[in-house]
Formats: sequence, C-alpha cells, structure tokens
Amino acid sequence: MHYKRLTILCGHYGSGKTNIAVNMAFDLAAQRENVAIADLDIVNPYFRSKDSEDEFKARGIRLICSDFASSNVDLPSMPADLYSITDDKSMSVVLDIGGDDRGAYALGRLRDAIKAENDYEMLMVVNKFRPLTPDAESTIEVMREIEWACGIPFTGIINNSNLAGETDADDVLGSLTYAEEVAKLANLPLVLTTVEEKLYDELKDKISPLFRLKLQARPV
Amino acid sequence: MADKILMKGNEAIAAAAIKAGCMHYFGYPITPQTEIAAYMAKVMPKIGGTFLQAESEIAAINMVYGVASAGKRVMTSSSSPGVSLKGEGLSYLAGSDLPALIVNVQRGGPGLGGIQPSQSDYFQSTRGGGHGDYHMIVLAPASVQEMAELTVKGFELADTYRMTAMILADGTMGQMMEPVSIDDLKVNPAPEKPWATTGTKMAREHNIVNSLSLVPEELEELNFKRYDRYKVIEENETMYEEYMVEDADIVLAAFGIAARVSKNAVDEARKLGIKAGLIRPITLWPFPKAPFKAAAEHAKAFISVELNMGQMIEDVILATESKRPVTLCNRAGGMIPDPAQVLNAIKEVNGGIA
Repeated sequence: MHYKRLTILCGHYGSGKTNIAVNMAFDLAAQRENVAIADLDIVNPYFRSKDSEDEFKARGIRLICSDFASSNVDLPSMPADLYSITDDKSMSVVLDIGGDDRGAYALGRLRDAIKAENDYEMLMVVNKFRPLTPDAESTIEVMREIEWACGIPFTGIINNSNLAGETDADDVLGSLTYAEEVAKLANLPLVLTTVEEKLYDELKDKISPLFRLKLQARPV
Repeated sequence: MADKILMKGNEAIAAAAIKAGCMHYFGYPITPQTEIAAYMAKVMPKIGGTFLQAESEIAAINMVYGVASAGKRVMTSSSSPGVSLKGEGLSYLAGSDLPALIVNVQRGGPGLGGIQPSQSDYFQSTRGGGHGDYHMIVLAPASVQEMAELTVKGFELADTYRMTAMILADGTMGQMMEPVSIDDLKVNPAPEKPWATTGTKMAREHNIVNSLSLVPEELEELNFKRYDRYKVIEENETMYEEYMVEDADIVLAAFGIAARVSKNAVDEARKLGIKAGLIRPITLWPFPKAPFKAAAEHAKAFISVELNMGQMIEDVILATESKRPVTLCNRAGGMIPDPAQVLNAIKEVNGGIA
C-alpha cells in the first residue's frame, strides 16, 4: 500500500483501529526508514498500541505514546513528544486515534499543522458488525461527529467488518455492500478492506485492495 | 437465528438491559465499565429512555431506588471502588425490598487499586455489599453472550423476588469482544407490582416504600420474611455448569474469566491422563452447594481458581463440608492466572493424591 506522510486512523471504539495501525506501521517500516506509530488513544486504557512495544523496537519503529499508557494509571494524557508528529517532516507516522468523537478531540490539537502540510490520509475504520454502526447512515453519523471533534475531514474508508474469531469469508464479502454504501454516502473512496491472516488467501482474488492483518491486541 | 454482532461485554450488558425493558439507567464513569454508560448515553435518548450521568455513584444508586419504587426496571453500573460507594444504597434497596440490577465490572483493589481485571469483590457482593442482614442475587457471566443473557435473567429474578440482582463481571469480561446475539434473547414480561408507588388514583391505599422500621419486633419479622424468601431462591434459582466432573479426581472451582482459563487447564490435564473437572458457579449467591457436595463423594481434592487472594474458596470448603482438601490457585491485583499456572496447580495436587 502507498502511504502519505501521515496515516490517521479514526473510528467507532472497537472498530479495530489499533490492530490496523500496528499492522500498517509494520508494513510502512518495511517500505521506509524513520517510521513512527503514535498512540493518541485517551479513551480506552485497555488495548493500546503500546502493547506491541517490543515488536516496534525490533522493527525500528518509534512509539509516540503517553508515559501512562498501560501503566495502571487511569489518566488520559498526551505524549510529551506529540508535536514531533507534525514538526519532524522526515518521519512517516501512523496515528492511532481513540474511539468516537471523544477520542478524536485529542487529534484536534494537531489540526492546523496537519492541514497546512497537507500530506495525510484521514481514514475512517468501519465494522458493520459493531452495534452502533450497523448501516451506512449510522456510520456516517459517527464519522461526522469525529470530523467535528478533530476538525480534519476524512479522505477515505477502511472496511474492517469482522466478528472476531468467528469471521468467515462470506461475512467479509457480505460487508462490501455496506462499506461501498458508506463510501458513496460520504463521497470518499473505499481505500482498503482488512482481513485476518487466515482469511487472506481465500479472499485475495475476490477483494481489492485487501490488507492482511496479524492480530495484535487480543484479550485472553 | 438473528444476525450476530460484535460486542464488548459492557455493550452486551447495556443492549440486553434495554431488550429486557430497562428504560432507566443512572451511572457514573469508571474504567473498566464505562462503555455501559457510553452505550446508554447514545441509545437511551433515541428510544425515549433515561440516561443520566449522576454527580456520583451514591447519587446514581439513589436514583435507582426512586425508579425501582415506581415499579420500573432500572439499572446502574460501576466498578469496584464505585460499587463500594453504592453500598449504602444497596442496603436501602434491600431494606425496602426493591428490585434493581446492579453491574460490577471488577478491577483490582483494595482502595482505588488499578484498572485491570479482578474478582476481589466476591465477599462484598455475595455477603450483601452493605450493612444489615441481606443478600443480593449475584450472577457471574463467563462470555459476552452470557453477559447479555444474565442481564435479562437478573432483571427477571430481581422482579420475581423483589430484591437486587448483581452482575459480577470483571475488566476482561467487560472489555473483551465476542459475537453475540441480542435479538434472540428471550424476555419474560415484568410481573405486576401492586406495591409500587404509581399513584393511588383514589382507588387504593397509599403504597409506602421505606427501609426505616423502628419497632424491633416488626423489623425482626421483616428479616425473617426476607430470609424465608432467600430459602426459596436457594432451592430454585441456583445455576452452575459442570465440565468433566463425573469421574474427576481433582475438581476445579472457578467463575467468570477464571473458569475459561480453568477449562483450558482441565483439557490439558486430561491429555496428561489426570482426571480433572470443573464446576463453574453461575450464581455466586445462591452458591451452588449441591454439585460440590456431590463431587466431594468421589473427587480427592478441590482447587479454587480465583483472581483474588482466596474468597470463593471459603464457600467451596463449606459446600464440600471440609471432606476433601481445597487449595487455592490465584493471581491478584489485576493479574490473571494462565492455563499453565492452573495446570501446574493440578499437577501439584495430583502428585499429592497419587
């Protein structure tokens, strides 16, 4: 996949942003030097990009993340090196933004610099199997709330429709109509569909572009 | 079958509560249960229900008292420190014989503790949670689907017996995502509540909901009656799941997330030729004494697997009437035992009895 300097992932909480962000950072690090992942999730202290810290180190990916993430301190806070995301233009960054509009407020702080530089994708991660985004209309509603909160308009849609471990190929294929409808209503491209590794081979000739996900954040 | 959706345990509780006819929710945010309040905040205004973020947990539980008095299905949710704050309200609800559903998505304690999963409020919930002689019906789900099912069950039991029911979950159960079916949930309609304060319409005497009773003879009588009701519940409403217990030498006792871990350990032990089994209490109060008593006839030892310093183990010892040794396999403070730790505990006990 081709990346702009900043790849911003937003969506309803539980839509799969963190898993996609981690995988995209791996993908990006295979293509370029000087890659970072920024975990700006101030909403959910349970599943964080930081959980994959060791794998980032092994790939030379810089982790920009609150000092308090995964530390048992229930404190929504921003990382001290937040501004390096927009200041250091030699760096390519995947941004993992917290869920819903409440999570997107954190991104608002970088709005002016991101828009001024204009080298970003702002992607809405959608999952039709999540309870509050079962159809295009409700998904668009969440999208608008996020845009309103962070002040950055979306540039594309990522279809991450899944039922966790129970997902089969038909679930993913069946979700395409929904994802295309979201894209059409939003007047944006459907940039990607994402699937777990085990479904990738079965679907790679049927869906394009298809992005392979190695699951990272999973509870016991 | 209706389509499945991918839900967090917390969301499943909220969705199931609405499905069960709960149109009034009062809460206060606390990790790891905040998604319940978030879901209610989004959905309740769209369906004409009440979502109210109270100024504190204490305010929220007293709002629950108000709605319960009016005979409507009502819920509040919190996590461990917040449930302690609700303690007074829980006792008042019991003293007034009011039905309500309380959700505790536990985190490590004591004190403010941490935000990671725990089961250390077992004592607090199974022994009432506040002051005075009383019980709550305590339900312990072990999957997201069960979070939904037991929420519905909790409302029904609460109404049937005019008492509070509690969903005792933990951070893992609240946060984990699994496919779940909400549309398929069966809900029995709420029973008539002739005691509710719904207005006399000048056609009946006033109903009074109150927990103050200054005449000791009368207060004693109220306690006696309440405990007669508890006896019926113990006889009729106990729920548990047995897994490979029939021929087991070593029987594990575990609920919620600990039961999922334990089930894996039982499978591993069986592969090694160790006859292990699992009793998973689904109602923590009333505690399922019968299967433990029966298992104590053939099992040689019991292991209580818990995310705390050993709380349910006391009920296991009581239920087995101390006929067999009961040991503890545990983690605390937000840590979760893994199947390997439980398997080791099984092996150790097996070495002792072989």
